[in-house]
Amino acid sequence: MKFDLKKISLSEVNEYLQNYNKKSNNRIFKITNPNGNHAICAGLKDDIEVNVDGHAGYYFAGMNMNAKIIINGNVGTGVAENMMSGVVHVKGNASQSAGATAHGGTLIIDGNTSSRCGISMKGVDIIVKGSVGHMSAFMAQSGNLLICGDAGEALGDSIYEAKIFIKGKVKSLGADCEEKKIDNNDKKILKSLLDKAGLNKENIQNFKMYGSARKLYNFNIDNVSEY
Amino acid sequence: MCGIVGIYLKNKKYHKDLGKFLSGMMNNMATRGPDSAGFAIYSSEKKNKFKYSVCFTNINSSEVKKNLLKKIKDAKIKIISDHIVIETSLNPSKVLNIINKFENLSLVGYGNAIEIFKQVGNPKDVVKNFNLEKFSGSHAIGHTRMATESAITTDGSHPYSTGKDECLVHNGSLSNHNNLRRSLKKRGIKIKSQNDTEVAAGYISDGLSNNKSLKETLIDGLKDLDGFYTFISGTKNGMAIVRDEIACKPAVVAETNDYVAIASEFQAMAHLPGVNNAKIFEPDPGLVYSWGQ
Repeated sequence: MKFDLKKISLSEVNEYLQNYNKKSNNRIFKITNPNGNHAICAGLKDDIEVNVDGHAGYYFAGMNMNAKIIINGNVGTGVAENMMSGVVHVKGNASQSAGATAHGGTLIIDGNTSSRCGISMKGVDIIVKGSVGHMSAFMAQSGNLLICGDAGEALGDSIYEAKIFIKGKVKSLGADCEEKKIDNNDKKILKSLLDKAGLNKENIQNFKMYGSARKLYNFNIDNVSEY
Repeated sequence: MCGIVGIYLKNKKYHKDLGKFLSGMMNNMATRGPDSAGFAIYSSEKKNKFKYSVCFTNINSSEVKKNLLKKIKDAKIKIISDHIVIETSLNPSKVLNIINKFENLSLVGYGNAIEIFKQVGNPKDVVKNFNLEKFSGSHAIGHTRMATESAITTDGSHPYSTGKDECLVHNGSLSNHNNLRRSLKKRGIKIKSQNDTEVAAGYISDGLSNNKSLKETLIDGLKDLDGFYTFISGTKNGMAIVRDEIACKPAVVAETNDYVAIASEFQAMAHLPGVNNAKIFEPDPGLVYSWGQ
């Protein structure tokens, strides 16, 4: 089924997709003319597939559960914010706060993201084939952020137990973020992330891993300037 | 919040569509700033002639025209809504003096190429009131305002112009504008309002009057202007954009062989021809991008 956002309102499309008949066999949809609108495909709950052709605005595919949402274009701030499960695949670039607070699922970005990618992530897997901007994985609590390109300033600032894998250069690390040794379990995670994004040709030896130094978990007066 | 937009036309065939492009961009940004709106249009300059964009209040337009023609004999006068554009070859200092003496007139901006219009009200209405669709030119900058720092008045609306053919629109707020206002005033820069953006406009005027380029001035501004901001600034020859280092305030650029468009959000430019195949990017924090200078 096709929806042309020039002809039908976004709220009607979202409402239709959010309440789609669970038993229906027809589970693939296409949306055209997104024209930078906000909250396209927000709050989908079922395992349907939606293909969007064009550029979207803020909070694209926010709060996604189960659905597979693919956009052939760029997205604005907060793509897949608070996603619970499912897959969101952006074939262009994403703006800031991609995957913010997302609990689960997979967010794949073929291009770059700007600042604060994975801010406060809580279990999502985020795979960025390009580079990420400053303050990425800020306060990231769990889940994995894989970056094939470079990272901007203050990567992983105040990070908790999320893992960051990166192939390119890190401009600087944020407070309490440090390089970690990659063990066999980490290798498995890294391999599965690469597989998910179809990056099977990447050599896992080329990646470094960063995580929390765990020095800021409890208040310590010596660290006061870092809080 | 606020919405900012700018468009620079590389291809002359689109010059006649400048107003149409910009009005679409401003209408789409009305949700980001419903309090007031304004825009600056740059069209081809006439040698030795200056255009003065002036806002009038509490007086009818025919009376303004009559009074002005008494003082400026060669004035060509265009009245649109509550604005009047005076074109004359008289010496600028004389003209500015004359305008200042009229109680009901306040200068919005002047130069060889620039015309500026701004008004309180929903951007969609403001765009209609000034007939923006009918304008042509080479580049233009617009603003839709959600007021934070100062009152909802025409004086508090953007774009700000504190020098010949200059203008600035701003999404964000500055924290050191009071100090900077004092030091710029000492250096002879005229700043009328209590608004933070007008101070940044004054800062740019100061830089340009010291023979720095717009790009160099904005690079220096990264050190001197404290706060958060995305600025779009225009001169007779082009325009530039800069975001502060933290880059909380959004911006997206779409560039084709025919034009460069800048806006707070992509939806502002979704109606432009060929935009889906444009090179689209977000300006990096702390980097100045400029076109046409």
